[in-house]
Amino acid sequence: MSLRASTSQTIGPFLRIGLEWMVIEELAPAGAAGERFSIEGRVIDGDGKPVNDAAVELWQANSQGEYASPDFRGFGRSLTDDAGAFRFRTIKPGRVPGPHGKLQAPHLAVTIFMRGLLKQLVTRVYFPDEPANADDPVLNLVPAERRATLVAIKKGAGALEWNVVLQGRNETVFFDF
Amino acid sequence: MKSIAPYRRPYRDTQPDYLFPAYASTVKRAPTQPLVVLPHTLSEVTAPVFGYDEVKPGDADLTRQHPGEPLGERIVVSGRVLDENGRPAPNVLVEIWQANAAGRYNHRVDQHDAPIDPNFTGAGRLLTDAQGQYRFMTIRPGEYPWRNHHNAWRPAHIHFSLFGQAIVQRLVTQMYFPGDPLLEYDPMFTCVADEKARNRLVAALDWETTLPEYALGYRFDIVLRGREATPMESRR
Repeated sequence: MSLRASTSQTIGPFLRIGLEWMVIEELAPAGAAGERFSIEGRVIDGDGKPVNDAAVELWQANSQGEYASPDFRGFGRSLTDDAGAFRFRTIKPGRVPGPHGKLQAPHLAVTIFMRGLLKQLVTRVYFPDEPANADDPVLNLVPAERRATLVAIKKGAGALEWNVVLQGRNETVFFDF
Repeated sequence: MKSIAPYRRPYRDTQPDYLFPAYASTVKRAPTQPLVVLPHTLSEVTAPVFGYDEVKPGDADLTRQHPGEPLGERIVVSGRVLDENGRPAPNVLVEIWQANAAGRYNHRVDQHDAPIDPNFTGAGRLLTDAQGQYRFMTIRPGEYPWRNHHNAWRPAHIHFSLFGQAIVQRLVTQMYFPGDPLLEYDPMFTCVADEKARNRLVAALDWETTLPEYALGYRFDIVLRGREATPMESRR
């Protein structure tokens, strides 16, 4: 039996009605092991204007590199505010296997929905000062001059910044998923 | 280590492109640089698990969330969530939201001159059962104008958001109603070239789920991406 996946449609401007009940900006329960950090950023459109109606969702492994473990689900959802800003507090994920059994560098998988997108954008966040980035099998698929758009910026102790630039100079790398 | 069977890439013309100028908001939001093809690793083929403690049984009945009854025509919206291989998708979190019977959203940015219904929020959610089945009780949403182009009107629709067993199965879509004369003028409905794909977004009137003297039933089956049978199988 072979069916065709349903056609994606935009989330539209009124996503908050359906999605706000499950905003999860604190991903790590009190007891979860790992290095804690905050990550904040803005979503910016092709006119340089903030996108105030986006949903930004994170998916990540726990500090041991395990997905969906009972003590750390690893899912987050933030809805952007009038400044286009989203924010999460979580723990740094461990390394997970990639293609050909090679370990990937620690990363967050990001899915973004908004009015004006007929389907989601898929991207990733990597960590600054992370030696494993140099050998990451996915990061290495990205043209070298654009890789920096996938690496968060250190803003202080335990604080990262990462912005989503939809178009133009410094346009964030998005994946065909 | 064992290799991971990837999820199928979309069939031609069944999924929209990012840039679709007839839908004006895509112009400043669609990526302009080439996309990078993402291999499906553990990060792509896993997904969060949601529990019954998060979703309450009453969350699937949008007509019983306030002291009074909402205005409009009650409808039952139900169906199955499957993957492309025809397997039912159990325990899928389905979130829906919609306008009220007058075509007005309960949202601060909706300025359409139509009444808010104090007895209708327009949000629901549930988890699919072991057979992938779901059922909502709601109100038939109204059509409403939007500012995409002169005299633009959206056909009646319900927004759906679904999680699967893989983050790459994540789907946000819209359900439309059969026979709606606005469909052919709607740039969201017409965003894909494949007419069959579009028509799968239109629910069917369903006597099986229609409740006599209470509510018409509409059936809307949803298909999530399926896995390739074996790793590395190529498909056109």
